[in-house]
Amino acid sequence: MTVLANESIAARRAAVPIELARGRGGGGPAPIRVVVAYGFWIFLLSDIVMFAALFATYAVLSGNTAGGPSGLELFNLRSVFIETTCLLVSSYTCGLGALSAERRRPTTFLIFAALTFVLGAAFLFIEVSEFAGMVRAGAGPWRSGFLSAFFTLVGTHGAHVTAGLIWLVYLAAQVVVKGLRPAVLRRLLCWSLFWHALDIVWVSVLTLVYLMGAR
Amino acid sequence: MEGQDRFIEDRTPGVENNESSATYLSYTVGLALAMIATIASFAVSQTNLLWPPGIPVGLVVLAFAQIGVHLVFFLHLGSGPDHTNNILALAFGVLVVFLVIGGSIWIIANLNANTMSMHPLMQMRQ
Repeated sequence: MTVLANESIAARRAAVPIELARGRGGGGPAPIRVVVAYGFWIFLLSDIVMFAALFATYAVLSGNTAGGPSGLELFNLRSVFIETTCLLVSSYTCGLGALSAERRRPTTFLIFAALTFVLGAAFLFIEVSEFAGMVRAGAGPWRSGFLSAFFTLVGTHGAHVTAGLIWLVYLAAQVVVKGLRPAVLRRLLCWSLFWHALDIVWVSVLTLVYLMGAR
Repeated sequence: MEGQDRFIEDRTPGVENNESSATYLSYTVGLALAMIATIASFAVSQTNLLWPPGIPVGLVVLAFAQIGVHLVFFLHLGSGPDHTNNILALAFGVLVVFLVIGGSIWIIANLNANTMSMHPLMQMRQ
């Protein structure tokens, strides 16, 4: 009786082509990799919704300079361009790193991870020195509503980049110690999603804050 | 032979080595397209290539184009069955983002228009 039931379940399972049915309720559970990426994708979207609130705040407050300096006087587009390039190329090396991890090449992965770290750290360094220069010039977050919103929005993005860099070091250590086993690969997948999502947020920061503010 | 069959049948979901469709080439194409969009954004904002009042619209269009490039080439969002749920979640996220940003700008613009003393033009007239 039990054997018969098992056989019919197996036959039914075989009747649904797994590759076609996935994600539409059939063909059994999706692979862990897909489920993990989906869960992390939900987190990323909630993070982006949080950024949307900060973007809305900035859009509302960007004109309220209270007699203080405006974006036109404060922003240095040359360093913003270097920042953008750093982050974009780091997204590229992050992708190549994820690819070499998938192909089980730990050394190549570590090289790309190091490149990604250096580029991300360069981005952060430029951003922090920009912030420090603004604070020294008396244009800190307390100066006006515009600057409060600016420091909150751009600073939150910078905090995310910092978290991503710490996470990357942690993952590189895991790759060295544990090797590229499936669980580590899934963590790497989540991290690369996080890093690419940060780049998407930066595209919006660049457009709304810097390019529209500095003209 | 029987052992192998059993292995396939008992396969834990996710242990299979299904790799993404990404290649070095797709990442390179993505980087090139994103770089072009970035440089175009800087060019549009710093020159008068576009009709000046239309520059913000041009910048927003370029930003959307670049975000699309990132989603497809870096985050590998596709139209395959594995991505159905991801796309739906993204659609909901985009809806919330537009409600929050668009709604805030809309409401505050109305508020500014109705609160005369706060309006910069009114300040100038005083």
